[in-house]
Amino acid sequence: MNKKNIKNEMKLTLPSLSVNEGMARAAAAAFCSQLDPAASELADIKCAVSEAVTNCIVHAYRDTVGQIYMNIKILEDNSVRIEIKDRGCGIPDVGAARQPLYTTDPGGERSGMGFTVMESFMDKLRVTSRCGRGTTVIMYKKFCGRDNT
Amino acid sequence: MIKSKSGFEYEYYDDVLRVKVGGEIDHHSAAGLRSGIDGVIFEFRPKRLELDLSSVNFMDSSGLGLIMGRYSLMREQGGEVVVVDPAPMVEKVMNLAGMKRIINVVKTEEADEDE
Repeated sequence: MNKKNIKNEMKLTLPSLSVNEGMARAAAAAFCSQLDPAASELADIKCAVSEAVTNCIVHAYRDTVGQIYMNIKILEDNSVRIEIKDRGCGIPDVGAARQPLYTTDPGGERSGMGFTVMESFMDKLRVTSRCGRGTTVIMYKKFCGRDNT
Repeated sequence: MIKSKSGFEYEYYDDVLRVKVGGEIDHHSAAGLRSGIDGVIFEFRPKRLELDLSSVNFMDSSGLGLIMGRYSLMREQGGEVVVVDPAPMVEKVMNLAGMKRIINVVKTEEADEDE
């Protein structure tokens, strides 16, 4: 779709342990900092990454531990492309999953707002999945930069 | 305020249980916060639970689940939940979910006109 050149790239692989959620957020935020985003924009990135990573832990690898693959690209127009991929159980109905308040884990006090947060806090969200094979979440954001007063 | 091992502080007075959560609320920390806060709710059986979220520096939708879960629990006991001074990130996520239609939010800054 977008054939923009890549100015910088990072890859991180983490096991789907909840204790790694903070690390994934911090790594994404640290890497995106080079574009000098506003604090609120960085907070949006951390939140969106947290949601995607949490989905891998809670849903993709529900009763097991698997690998979460995070790949962040900084593109030539200074936007970021964040890809979070798993090889977990997959989502049978992505359309339903992306509906606000829809959750397949009601007992775990899940709000069902994960995809809604990603969609709202990022400029673009793409979700592809195959049952038994895994899910890939790709999000894009272009920073407006710091508030200069 | 009493410091709980589960990552929050609390105090109880006049049927009000005030719980102050600091740091990050995500899926990882929510489990401990949930059982810890429920523990003090069952200990004191307050009529009102005040969740002070002023010192929260990160919250994702797991925090929404935490707040709603405490709301359900307090409702079962005939009580109410109020979120006090939500940090900007907390407020943003709550607004996304339209949570203010269900949960009262109080900002002490607005209530205090002398300062």
